[in-house]
Amino acid sequence: MRGRATSLRRRLTWTLIGGAAVLAVLFYLVVRTYAQQIAQQGQDRILEASLTSLMDAAVVREGQVEVDVPYAAFAMLDTAADDRVFYAIHQGAELLTGYDGLVEGPFAAMAGPVFDTVGFAGTDLRLARLTRVLPASPAPVMLTVSVAQTRDSLAGTLWAISVNAALFGGAFFVLAAGMALWTSRSTMRPLSQMAEAVARRGPRDLRPVVRAVPTELSPLVTSLNSLMTRLNASLTQSETFIAEAAHRVRTPLATVRTHAEATLMRVDRDENRAALRSMIRAIDESSRAAGQLLDHAMVSFRGDQMERSAVDLVGICRELVDRLTPVAEMKDLELVLQADGPVVVQADPILIQNAVRNLIDNALKYSPAEGAVRIEVQADPVAIVVCDEGAGFPVAQIAELSQRFQRGANAGDTVGSGLGLTIARDVAEAHGGRLELANVEGGGACATLYL
Amino acid sequence: MRNFVFVILCLWASLAAAAELEDRQTFHGENGVTLRVLSSTDTDIFAPILEGFIARNPSVSIDYAVAGSADIVTLIEDCPDCFDVVISSAMDLQLKLANDGLARRLPGLARSSDTQWRQSLFGFTLEPATMVLNRAAFEGRKMPTTRQELIEALRAEPERFRGRLGTYDVRLSGLGYLFATQDARTSETFWRLMEVFGNLDARLYCCSGDMIDDLASGELFVAYNVLGSYTQTRPETLDKVAVITPEDFATTMMRTALVLDTTELGETAAALVAYLTSGAWAAQDRPGFPLPSLRDAEAQMLSVVSLDPGLLVYLDRLKRALFLEAWASALLR
Repeated sequence: MRGRATSLRRRLTWTLIGGAAVLAVLFYLVVRTYAQQIAQQGQDRILEASLTSLMDAAVVREGQVEVDVPYAAFAMLDTAADDRVFYAIHQGAELLTGYDGLVEGPFAAMAGPVFDTVGFAGTDLRLARLTRVLPASPAPVMLTVSVAQTRDSLAGTLWAISVNAALFGGAFFVLAAGMALWTSRSTMRPLSQMAEAVARRGPRDLRPVVRAVPTELSPLVTSLNSLMTRLNASLTQSETFIAEAAHRVRTPLATVRTHAEATLMRVDRDENRAALRSMIRAIDESSRAAGQLLDHAMVSFRGDQMERSAVDLVGICRELVDRLTPVAEMKDLELVLQADGPVVVQADPILIQNAVRNLIDNALKYSPAEGAVRIEVQADPVAIVVCDEGAGFPVAQIAELSQRFQRGANAGDTVGSGLGLTIARDVAEAHGGRLELANVEGGGACATLYL
Repeated sequence: MRNFVFVILCLWASLAAAAELEDRQTFHGENGVTLRVLSSTDTDIFAPILEGFIARNPSVSIDYAVAGSADIVTLIEDCPDCFDVVISSAMDLQLKLANDGLARRLPGLARSSDTQWRQSLFGFTLEPATMVLNRAAFEGRKMPTTRQELIEALRAEPERFRGRLGTYDVRLSGLGYLFATQDARTSETFWRLMEVFGNLDARLYCCSGDMIDDLASGELFVAYNVLGSYTQTRPETLDKVAVITPEDFATTMMRTALVLDTTELGETAAALVAYLTSGAWAAQDRPGFPLPSLRDAEAQMLSVVSLDPGLLVYLDRLKRALFLEAWASALLR
């Protein structure tokens, strides 16, 4: 995989949460703006009513304006926050009554009241002003009435609404975030379920995925199924090839060996017999090498996709001992199996069998005649120990011995390819274990396969 | 028109007259700060409250100055730095001081909204305007309990009551003006009563105390819109006068206190206001104490003059001129 890995679920979650956050902030701002407008309108309507009642109370008597201020004109401006009230009444540009400096002339007649936010007496005021021309003799009189009020109650209302809007916005966000988590999880569930189902399959299970998947996933599943079909065909092909190769190489070698032995019976000249013997040896070596190469290929192949099942190590060893006893007897060697009872582990039986057979093979090869090869199955920790009574491993080389095609310096003329220990080590590592080599004091060597 | 000119002259006279203190005394604590209080309440009435406060706050001395409620506004406007606390019975003038931004806000003094305005003006007494009658003058006669009954009693024997009636001169007394304007707002009966008073050559007073003195001496038979509680300070008058709270409606005012924003003794001033509003001064073991605290009379809140911007209406120059014109034409014949 190239580039930074991204999580679809995380991306979906954050997109949804981010959207919810934007919506929550938007909600707060809209409510607040709207509330501000409404509250301001409310204050303006009351100021206008006060203004109108003052204007209505004005009469012109002999060119002089008299205003019998109605009690309600100011009483109606009573608010929860006890806002301060200011007013001014001007005839022309001259202040008749009220607060000086609240508004400044000159004034012009207007159709309706105007509203403004002004600073006066060290505070912000909402001011409403109305100028009217009153008919009178000898000349009409221009009257300007102004009423102003502090905005404490408005601010209180706005604060309360803002707090509520913020709470609602926050609650909405929390709810939406929770839903985002839930949604992304449930959206991703089919994907993870499919991944789980595929992961749960055995290594050789290459059947196509047939479970119902969301339509968005079906192209992926189709590609996956087609890939698995091709992989299955290719695997089958290589298995067939390995079996075929083993058959094709081993059978002619056996035929050649048979012929060579028959010829050996018939020739008498010493130099010819020696040549034939070395030929037979070479054939043995080739046959064995071919077998081990196939074993090694098999181990490499199976190690990548193991099929673990419950196997009894003692059973495997006993079967091998039975099978190899004739070979051992030919060299006057004894095979001894030591085990207390069945040792059952989860392992690939074919691989284990291969590894143990190679270890026993090695031991048989390097043991002097009349000796014994001891095979011990331990339960705790699970291990198979194969010991011989030969010369032992060269101490300096112990670390390198299990590498491919490495043979001990003291191998001499013993037939071998150098793959036996490698196979055993690969099998141990495929099972999560290791191979340990050690010399026994007083002669002999032990290979221990830990699983 | 003649009346109008007269009113203007009166206004001019009252404005021109230099506002001055009627009394000034210092209540000594133990050499601490001195709180300067400007009040419309006579020193002898308020002294027990101040002594109570000093007993609780021994480090505070109080410089207690008395002035007429209308003069208080002038004094404060002339010299806002000269005082720390203002106490007055003229709710409208006090509200104007607070509205004009002279009062400090004391958010710590949580009160019901009925008895405070903008957390800067605090009511601490409830005192109804009453009719006070000379008992001897009504010997054998039914004592009036409403304005209408008083009007009928006066009309029945005009010559007997001529020159024997008293009420506030609303041009001089801030409290008298408040009572008169609130009465006028409530009922037309007020104007009819004032016309009867005017016809019978009513005398005008600056203060409740003077009216009660004249009632006790027999100079007056009836005084209207008097603070009846003041009779309590004159025990010798109690058997000579009858205090009647009108049954039709009783205009009830709150004595209010505010802390001037310019004060440098904010905490001490706030402590005094807190003491006043707590009602702790209205001790039960002091019968006859003249100032009924809010707490004593919480149930009477019905016809109390409410602390709202409406109080500013009658302080408007034009409105005041119109009202005084009407008042003068009714009373000054």
